[in-house]
Amino acid sequence: MSLALLIEQFLNGLQLGVMLFLIAAGLTLIFGVMGLINLAHGSLYMVGAFACATVAAATGSFWLGLVASLAAAAAAGALMEVAIIRRLYARDHLDQVLATFALILIFSEGTRWLFGSFPLYLDIPPLLQGAVALPGGGQYPLYRLAIIGVGVIVAIGLYLLIGRTRLGMRIRAGESDREMIAALGIDIRSLYTIVFAFGAALAGLAGALVGALQSVQVGMGEPALILAFVVIVIGGIGSIKGALIGAILVGLVDTMGRFLLPKALALMMPATQAGPVGAALASMLIYIVMALILAFRPSGLFSART
Amino acid sequence: MRKFLAGGVAALALMTAGIAQAEPVKIGVITTLSGGGAGLGVDMRDAFQLAIKQSGNSEIELVVEDDAQKPELAVQIAEKMIQSDKVDLMTGIIWSNLAMAVVPNAVAQDVIYLSPNAGPSALAGANCHPNYFNVAYQNDNFHEAMGEYDNKDYKKTFILAPNYPAGKDALTGFKRYYKGELAGEVYTQVGQTDYAAEIAEIRASGADSVYFFLPGGMGIAFMKQYAQSGVAIPVTGPGFSFSQDVLPAIGDAALGVKNSGTWAKDLDNPANKAFVEAFQKEYNRLPSIYAAQSWDTANLILSAIGKASVKDKDAFRAALKEADFASVRGKFKFNTNNHPIQDIYVTEVVKEGDVLTNKIIATAFTDHGDAYADKCSM
Repeated sequence: MSLALLIEQFLNGLQLGVMLFLIAAGLTLIFGVMGLINLAHGSLYMVGAFACATVAAATGSFWLGLVASLAAAAAAGALMEVAIIRRLYARDHLDQVLATFALILIFSEGTRWLFGSFPLYLDIPPLLQGAVALPGGGQYPLYRLAIIGVGVIVAIGLYLLIGRTRLGMRIRAGESDREMIAALGIDIRSLYTIVFAFGAALAGLAGALVGALQSVQVGMGEPALILAFVVIVIGGIGSIKGALIGAILVGLVDTMGRFLLPKALALMMPATQAGPVGAALASMLIYIVMALILAFRPSGLFSART
Repeated sequence: MRKFLAGGVAALALMTAGIAQAEPVKIGVITTLSGGGAGLGVDMRDAFQLAIKQSGNSEIELVVEDDAQKPELAVQIAEKMIQSDKVDLMTGIIWSNLAMAVVPNAVAQDVIYLSPNAGPSALAGANCHPNYFNVAYQNDNFHEAMGEYDNKDYKKTFILAPNYPAGKDALTGFKRYYKGELAGEVYTQVGQTDYAAEIAEIRASGADSVYFFLPGGMGIAFMKQYAQSGVAIPVTGPGFSFSQDVLPAIGDAALGVKNSGTWAKDLDNPANKAFVEAFQKEYNRLPSIYAAQSWDTANLILSAIGKASVKDKDAFRAALKEADFASVRGKFKFNTNNHPIQDIYVTEVVKEGDVLTNKIIATAFTDHGDAYADKCSM
């Protein structure tokens, strides 16, 4: 096992983590501020990917597609909040789960109705094609490095937004005491819509970025959503910082597990068995990590609500 | 008297109508119509419905249900179809793990199941069943063909498949005929969409080629990421990794890739020409191999309905086994274990105008059966 391979796998884990952070950040923000469990977050991720693929196919520009994905996901999010989600804040979590699960079905069937069941084509923009050299003689796809870059920018941006701006102050106030902030004359309804649309836009951005790397198809959001939930449960529900740490932890554990477990097992059993057994164990690994963290810190690593 | 005559004529008319009218047949179709594997199931369903529609037999009733690629859901649907819909025949399952969950139970309840795609090895050998007909292939087949063909060009291959019955059959089949060395053997998760870790291993493995079996969205994701990774090792695969349902989404990264299959749209026989034309006309897209296999399944059923009553199981099974239908694959007959004996080709991904599609370049096997038929005691 060479150093180049280790570095490459580490970057892969980091990149997966960053991707999960983009999805989980919106999810945890919405939960932190409004106390809402939004299962349809994965659908907003899908909306972003489809918007990007459609606009990129029509105009030939991935970048216009990226803008469209932000706009479409934010618009879908805002519409969803005003039409449906707004009625759910006062209800208990079971009602929220049921209603947002219904939204998943509506989004999936609606998308299938519009675009069909076959995956759409979305390619990486020419600027980010190809691979760059790594120290140690390896190579790494430029596009994945760009995703890591986007994740870092979003993380810093969120930190500044929440910590340094008036909107961020209101979001923090809304998290800790929503009656008081409403009594102080802040329009809590439009604040909620803004936060929801913002979280949706982050999911849409993630969908577009991942769409170019994977396949743009109906149902792409749900696997991503499950991992995003693992991330926010590990990180502590409602905490952006927790989402970042949790996402990178999940990304690294998943990638390194898939890479190292079959190799470690091959030392103990025949290689033909080590492959499937290692793969099966690796797919459980992040859930085992989640269970362990919850056993010792039941509210996650950085819970916003203690 | 006139009244009597009229009554007699009416009775006669009724009788002849009764004879001319085909007997009602109910077919349960369980397939994947939502989620990442939906493209495969939709092609399967569309081709099946079109074949039944073209036959003009209005007594065939289809009960189509979506399994969402979930074994537990497929089992529930199958129970419902058998218990309350009382279907005569069942078909449609795309994925081997779902077939393993549904088929043994269904055939044990004396329902005839015809597989339009999945062919797990566990159902081809000692556990073969008179009520189970595989109209597609035994899972190992395409991979055996590519293993044989790759001997020509490669000495050290890295092999990759998802961790489920068809994935294990795939790599077993490949290894059965491939004589070179293996640079690595990796099993991925079913439905996995990110292959960065596997591609890094391929880069470091020193392989001279990569063989991968990743159907549906998995293959799209792998090929796009592979093309971007800077790894220049050539890839080959079974037809599933490069079938018509995924080629448009993979794009030019697939050009020139060699893969194996029992069918391609340029296969020269009248049944195939009619099928490709009818499918394109009806649905405005090219059919995939899943559509072709499903079309054959429907036509096999239609041929048997013409020969025997579906209520007489023994006669109907015998009629199915004759395989007296015009297959789009040209030659087709059943082996002793009710799995096909057929030719397997090597195809290459080419561009016709703007459309990516497969073209036959070689024949890997002629009249190829499977490695498990000997263990079947039928």
